[in-house]
Amino acid sequence: MNPVNYLYLAALLFTIGAAGVLIRRNAIVVFMCVELMLNACNLAFVTFSRMHGNLDGQIIAFFTMVVAAAEVVVGLAIIMTIFRSRHSASVDDASLLKL
Amino acid sequence: MENLIGLLVVAPLLGAALLLCGGRRLDKSGHWIGTLLAAASFVIGVVLFADMLGRDGEQRALHTTVFSWVPVGGFQADVGFQLDQLSMTFVLLITGVGTLIHLYSVGYMEHDEKKRRFFGYLNLFLAAMLLLVVADNYLLLYVGWEGVGLASYLLIGFWQHKPSAATAAKKAFIVNRVGDVGLSIAIMLMFTTFGTFAFGPVLESAGDAGEGKLTAVALLLLLAACGKSAQVPLQSWLGDAMEGPTPVSALIHAATMVTAGVYLITRSGSIFNGAPDAQLAVVTVGAVTLLFGAIVGCAKDDIKKALAGSTMSQIGYMILAAGLGPIGYVFAIMHLVTHGFFKAGLFLGAGSVMHGMNDEVDMRRYGGLRKYMPVTFVTFGLGYLAIIGFPGLSGFFSKDKIIEAAFAKGGTEGWILGGAALLGAAITAYYMTRVMIMTFFGEKRWQPDAEGNAPHPHESPRTMTIPMVVLAFGSVFAGGLFSVNDAFLKWLEPVTGHSHGNSPVSALTVTAATVVVLVVGVALAWFQYGRRPVPATAPRGSLLTRAARRDLLQDDFNHVVLVRGGEHLTRSLVYVDHSLVDGVVNGTAASVGGLSGRIAKLQNGYARSYAVSMFGGAAVLIVATLLMRAV
Amino acid sequence: MSAFAAASATSTGEAVQFWVLGTVAVLGALATVLMKKSVHSALSLAATMIILAVFYLANGAYFLGVVQVVVYTGAIMMLFLFVVMLVGVTAADSLKETIRGQRWLAAGCGLGFGILLVAGIGNASLRHFNGLGQANSGGNVQGLAALIFTKYVFAFEITGALLITAAVGAMVLTHRERAERAATQRERSEARVREGKQLPPLPAPGVYARHNAVDIPGLLPDGTPSELTVSPTLRARGQIRDVSGEALAELAALEQRSGDWLEQGHGDTKGAAK
Repeated sequence: MNPVNYLYLAALLFTIGAAGVLIRRNAIVVFMCVELMLNACNLAFVTFSRMHGNLDGQIIAFFTMVVAAAEVVVGLAIIMTIFRSRHSASVDDASLLKL
Repeated sequence: MENLIGLLVVAPLLGAALLLCGGRRLDKSGHWIGTLLAAASFVIGVVLFADMLGRDGEQRALHTTVFSWVPVGGFQADVGFQLDQLSMTFVLLITGVGTLIHLYSVGYMEHDEKKRRFFGYLNLFLAAMLLLVVADNYLLLYVGWEGVGLASYLLIGFWQHKPSAATAAKKAFIVNRVGDVGLSIAIMLMFTTFGTFAFGPVLESAGDAGEGKLTAVALLLLLAACGKSAQVPLQSWLGDAMEGPTPVSALIHAATMVTAGVYLITRSGSIFNGAPDAQLAVVTVGAVTLLFGAIVGCAKDDIKKALAGSTMSQIGYMILAAGLGPIGYVFAIMHLVTHGFFKAGLFLGAGSVMHGMNDEVDMRRYGGLRKYMPVTFVTFGLGYLAIIGFPGLSGFFSKDKIIEAAFAKGGTEGWILGGAALLGAAITAYYMTRVMIMTFFGEKRWQPDAEGNAPHPHESPRTMTIPMVVLAFGSVFAGGLFSVNDAFLKWLEPVTGHSHGNSPVSALTVTAATVVVLVVGVALAWFQYGRRPVPATAPRGSLLTRAARRDLLQDDFNHVVLVRGGEHLTRSLVYVDHSLVDGVVNGTAASVGGLSGRIAKLQNGYARSYAVSMFGGAAVLIVATLLMRAV
Repeated sequence: MSAFAAASATSTGEAVQFWVLGTVAVLGALATVLMKKSVHSALSLAATMIILAVFYLANGAYFLGVVQVVVYTGAIMMLFLFVVMLVGVTAADSLKETIRGQRWLAAGCGLGFGILLVAGIGNASLRHFNGLGQANSGGNVQGLAALIFTKYVFAFEITGALLITAAVGAMVLTHRERAERAATQRERSEARVREGKQLPPLPAPGVYARHNAVDIPGLLPDGTPSELTVSPTLRARGQIRDVSGEALAELAALEQRSGDWLEQGHGDTKGAAK
C-alpha cells in the first residue's frame, strides 16, 4: 500500500466534514464537523511529513491542534452565550442579518 | 457728435428708470418728466439731423463703438451705434411722434392712477425702439427688438385688471416670440456665415455668401418682420392689441413698433437683394396682408380695430415695397413716415372721440360728432384724406409711388402686385370713408354706457388737440415736402440704393388709376353709409363680412391648426413620454430592482448558505488551479 | 540504512490496519454528520479521532498520536460532550432541511469538491515516499522539540499567546454580568401571587413501581396524564412516558378476567344447582 491512501482518506473525511457543516443546523454538531475537517487536514500533514521524510508536517499538525483547541474553547463559549440568550443552538435561528 | 447718439437712447431710458423706480413721490410730476425726456431725445435727434444735413450724402453716416459687449474669442459683440440717413429718418419719426403722443397722453391719461408707470413704459418703449434703429449690429438690434416687444406687452396689458387686456398682451407677446425666434436664428446663421453681426461687414459681404444661405437668412428675417409688423401669418395679435390705451395704439401699433419689420427688411436690403426667392415671399406677404387688413378693416365696428386693420394693410404696402428691392425701399420708408403721421393722427383722433364718448368704441353708437368735436373732426379728416391718398396729401405721394413700384417690378408679378395694391387702395378708401361717415356724419346714435351715463361729447383738452394738430400738419404736408425735387429719394438713396425699374405703365396712368379707385371706394362707402341711416346694431351681413368681423377667421385658424395641433402634439408627446421614455426608465429601474431583489434573496441570513458559497468558491479555486496546472 | 531509503509500499500489516480502521473512520465521520442526537455525533467523532491517532502512530508521528488521544479525544471531545449536556440533550435534531436547495447545493459542492481533491491527489506523482526513519532517528519527540524551539519558536510563542487569549476570551464570553440584584425568595413568591399563576407547589409525578417515577406524569381524576407533574427538562426532551394507556389496558384486562371468572363462577353455581 502506498501512504497516498491516507491522503485519499483525508480528502474523504474533509469532504464529509464540510458536507456536515453545510447540512447540520445544531451549532455543536457543526462545530464537531469543523473539528473533523481539521483532523482530516492533520492526517494529510502527517502523511506528507512521512512522504517527505521530515518533521515539518508534524509541526504544522501540532500547531493546528493547538489552534483547534483555542478555537474550540472560544467557539463553545460563543455557543453557550448564544444558547443562553436564544435558548437554541440552531445556527439558522441566528439569521437576523438578512433582508 | 457721435456721443450724442448714445444720449438719444439714454434720455428715454433714464426717464423709464426714473419713473419705474422713482416711486410715488413722482406721481405728480412723472408724466411731465417722461414727456420732457422724450422731447429731449427729439431735440438731440434734430441736432443730429441738422449736423447730418451739413455733410455730403456719402459722409452723412455716423458710427461709434461705445464699448465691447461680449468679447469671447472670435465672437465679438460690441455696443455700437450707427446713425445714417435711414436710422435718422426713424429717429426723427420715433422721437417726434413719440413726443407728441407723450404730450397727448398727459391729457388722455390724466385720471389714471397708474399714470407714472404708463409714462415709464412709454419711455422704455422709446428707448428700445431708438436702440433698435441706431444699433450698428444685429445683436444690439435684437436687444432693442426684444425691448420693444417687452414694452409693447407691458403697454397692451396696461389695464391688466381687464382680462381681455391681459389676454391681448399675452397674445401679442407670444405671437411676437414666434417672429423673434426667426430673428435669433437668422442672427446665428449670419454669425456662422459671416463671422460677425455688424451691419457693415455683413451687408458688404452679403453677395459672397451662397444664395441658399442668403435665402434662409432672409426668410428668417421675414418671419421676424411678420411677427413684429403684424403681417400674415403672424398678424393675429394686432387687432387684440387695441385693448391698450389709445396713445399706445397710436405710438406702438400704428406709428413706430409695427414698422420695425420694414426697417429690418430695408436695413438688410443687400441680403434680400441676393435672395430673389425670399423677396418673392416678402412681396407675397405684403400683398396678402394689405388686402387682408383692408378687408378686416371694412367689417369692424370698433373704431380702433378698424384702424388696426388699416394699419396692417398700410404696413402690407410697406412690406410689399420693401420686397420689391431697390425699386421700393425708399418708398417703403417714405410711406412709413407719412403713415406714421396720419395713422398716429387718426388713432389720436379716435382716442379723442372715445374720450368724449365715455370710452365707447362702437362706431354704430357714434354719429354726427363733427359739430361737437371740431378740432378732432378736422385733424381726423385730414388724416383720413391722407390715408386714402387724396391727391396732394401725404398718403397720395407715398402710396402712389408704391403702386408705381409694384407695377415696375415687371412681368406677371408686377401686374398682380400692382393690381393688388390698386385694389387695396380702393378698399382703403372705402373703409376709411366708412369710419369717417359713421363717426362724424349722419344722425346721433349715442347710447348711454353701462352705468347709464349719457355721453356728452366735448372737445378734448389742449394737450390732446395740439399733438393732433401737429400730426395733421404732417399728414398734409410731409408727402409733398418729401416729393418736391425727389428730396426723400435723394436723402435715402446713399443708404438703400435706388433703381427705377421699367414700369409697363406710365406714372401718370398709375396716378390716374389711383385717383379713380379712390373715387370708386369713397363713392361706394357713401352710397352704403352716407345716404342711408346706419343701423345701430350690425346687420348679419354676407359670409365675407361675417368672416371679416372675425378677422377673417385668423384666430379660428390659429386655434384649429396651432392650438389643437399643439395640444395633439403635446398629448402624443406626453403619451410617448409616459409609455416610451418612462417605460424605458421605469423598466430599467424595475429590472434593476427585480434583479437586486433576487440577489438580495441570496442574503438570507443563514450562515450555512454563506458556507455553501464559500465551499463552492473553494471548489472553483481548485478547478482554476488544476486548469492552470494543466495549461 | 536501506530502511531510510525511499520506498514505494508500506508493510502489509499497515495496509490491513488502514483498510479496516479507515473504513471505521469513514463510518464514524458519516455517523457524526448523520446522527440525530448530538451526543451520538460526539461519540462517533471521538471514535474517528482515536482511529486517526492510530494512523498518526502508523505514520511515525508518535508524539502527535499521543497528543491526539490526550488533547483531542480526551480534552476537546469531552469539552464538547460537556457543552452538549449543558446546552441540553434536547429532543433529537430534525434533519429535515429548511433552507430551500441547501441540501442539494451542499451535496453538489461536497461531491464536486471531493472529486476534485481526489483527482488532485491522484494527479500528483506520489509514487515514492521517503519515510521518517532518518527524521525520527533521534526520537520523534526530540526531533519535534528541536524544530519547535528553533525553526518554529516564534510560531510556538504566538500560539501560546493565542491559547491564553482564548482562555480569557472564553471566560469573558461566558461570564454573565448581573445587571440587577437577584430577586429574593420573598420577592419571587410575591411576584407569583401577583401573577396569579401556580400558587401551591407543582403536583408530584405519578408514581408507579415499575417505572422511573419522575418521567411518568400523574394522572388526573379522569385518567388523563397531567404534563405539569413532570420536570420541564424532561418535557423538552420529549422523555415523558405516558402510562395512562397502560393503566386503561390493564383495567380492561382486569375486567375481562373478572368477567371470565364471574362466568366461570356462574357456571359453577349452575353446575352446583344441578
